[in-house]
Amino acid sequence: MRLLLLILLAFALPAKAEQVVLGLSKEIVQISTDFDGSDILIFGAIKRETPIEAEPLQVIVSVAGPQQPVTVWRQARRFGIWVNAHAVEVDAAPSFYAIATSAPWAQVISETEDLRHKVSIPRAIRSVGAPMDVPDAQSFTEAVIRIRTGEGTYQLLENTVTVREQTLFDTAISMPANLTEGSYPTRIFLTRGGRVINTYETEIEVRKVGLERWLYVLSRQQPFVYGLMSLFIAIAAGWGASTAFRILRSQ
Amino acid sequence: MQVYLPIAEVSVNVFVLLGLGGLVGVLSGMFGVGGGFLMTPLLFFIGVPPAVAVATGANQIVASSVSGLMAHLKRRTVDLRMGTVLLIGGLIGAALGVVLFNYLKSLGQVDLLINLCYVVFLGIIGALMFIESLNALRKSRRGTPPKRKKHNWVHALPFKMRFRTSGLYISVIPPLLVGLAVGVLAAIMGVGGGFIMVPAMIYLLNMPTKVVIGTSLFQIIFVTGFTTMMHATTNYTVDVVLAVVLLVGGVLGAQAGTAIGMRLKAEQLRILLAGLVLLVCGKLALDLLLTPSELYVLSAAGSH
Repeated sequence: MRLLLLILLAFALPAKAEQVVLGLSKEIVQISTDFDGSDILIFGAIKRETPIEAEPLQVIVSVAGPQQPVTVWRQARRFGIWVNAHAVEVDAAPSFYAIATSAPWAQVISETEDLRHKVSIPRAIRSVGAPMDVPDAQSFTEAVIRIRTGEGTYQLLENTVTVREQTLFDTAISMPANLTEGSYPTRIFLTRGGRVINTYETEIEVRKVGLERWLYVLSRQQPFVYGLMSLFIAIAAGWGASTAFRILRSQ
Repeated sequence: MQVYLPIAEVSVNVFVLLGLGGLVGVLSGMFGVGGGFLMTPLLFFIGVPPAVAVATGANQIVASSVSGLMAHLKRRTVDLRMGTVLLIGGLIGAALGVVLFNYLKSLGQVDLLINLCYVVFLGIIGALMFIESLNALRKSRRGTPPKRKKHNWVHALPFKMRFRTSGLYISVIPPLLVGLAVGVLAAIMGVGGGFIMVPAMIYLLNMPTKVVIGTSLFQIIFVTGFTTMMHATTNYTVDVVLAVVLLVGGVLGAQAGTAIGMRLKAEQLRILLAGLVLLVCGKLALDLLLTPSELYVLSAAGSH
């Protein structure tokens, strides 16, 4: 039985003729008090046991933040003023999403492969239930992409992955300062002629450290103590400043 | 220099925050308003999420108000008795306001209501104060003393009480109602409510302007303190790092503001405050009336 498995495995391996070996400049992003965004260098090599094919190899790198539900409101003019009129609940949208490619989007991946692996930004957003009174639910998802692209939290970076000799690749993803804590799934796709031939997945950990971590945990686990502490600091600061000024003036 | 806010989860420039705190502190010291009506929208502009801005603003107002109140206590311009009556009304009102806020939240239009509240209240109060103080200024130039201590319906109510510092002998019902109304608005709009209480004290209760500011600061401290605790324990939206940076600017500004306030005449002070209130009101009204450049708004799910 074991022998049979080994044989099967031996036959299965050559099917994955080209594989990714990956390196990250950092696997943990630490959010400290002076955190101001972070650049992550993603680099790797392609391990292969067969000769290089003539068709050029393309690389796609995607980094996604934690999935969160989002409510999207569309405003409309009612009685002369602009109000939130229609809402669509987007079930899951990543808080951050960056894709870097080695060639223009249309050349690196086909529509079907994108659908299967959920690579592009619209595919990464999951929206199922739109209310009956909203016929154009698609435009709400588009709004999420438009707004977040404007903010810099969604990035499509075409032609930013450098591929050398079809073997080495590297790219840099810059993460903005307003990151959400969590693990960021990072995926690498190798494609040829729009077909995905190998994928690799890892995670980048984003977490608060030091004072940031301590305050965050306190505010969730001991909210009453946290509130009292905030009030105490406020009163002490107000009283301290007032006393300091009085002493300054009386001199 | 950037600082990362642990609860708001955004990174902002320290000097922008210090300047913002200072500006609001000056207003707090000059006019006896907490400045929340200005602080909250300004925090939105620099990218702080609205829920965090409202809760942290309340905490910051506590600090600048304590600082302002100390200065007023020294000059004996606080009517503690009146302040306590207003406070009782204020706490009841704040509790009612939270209930109302959560009800409107379940209806899904709480943002609109907050904006409308701002526009309506700031508009009415700003316009009334502006006209009144303009008239007073004109009269004081002509040399005729302004009429005070007129008897209106307020004096016909029962449960009278003597407020020595204010030199008033009136029923406790009007101050209780004023405190209550301010408490409700404080909880809904996330502000101290000084911009409503100060005119109410001057025009409705006929309190002397000098006492009004110290007394309103006294009430604001407790109402915003209560609001801070409510937000910290139910929504976890008080960002203490943001509050500390704001209040460093705020307490310095409040001292400067108190000094400026002492140099200006009461009518001039009121006309300045009226102008400021109208300016903020106009900005908010324009936002409601003009076609927004982005028709869609994102919010965290479950908050509508």
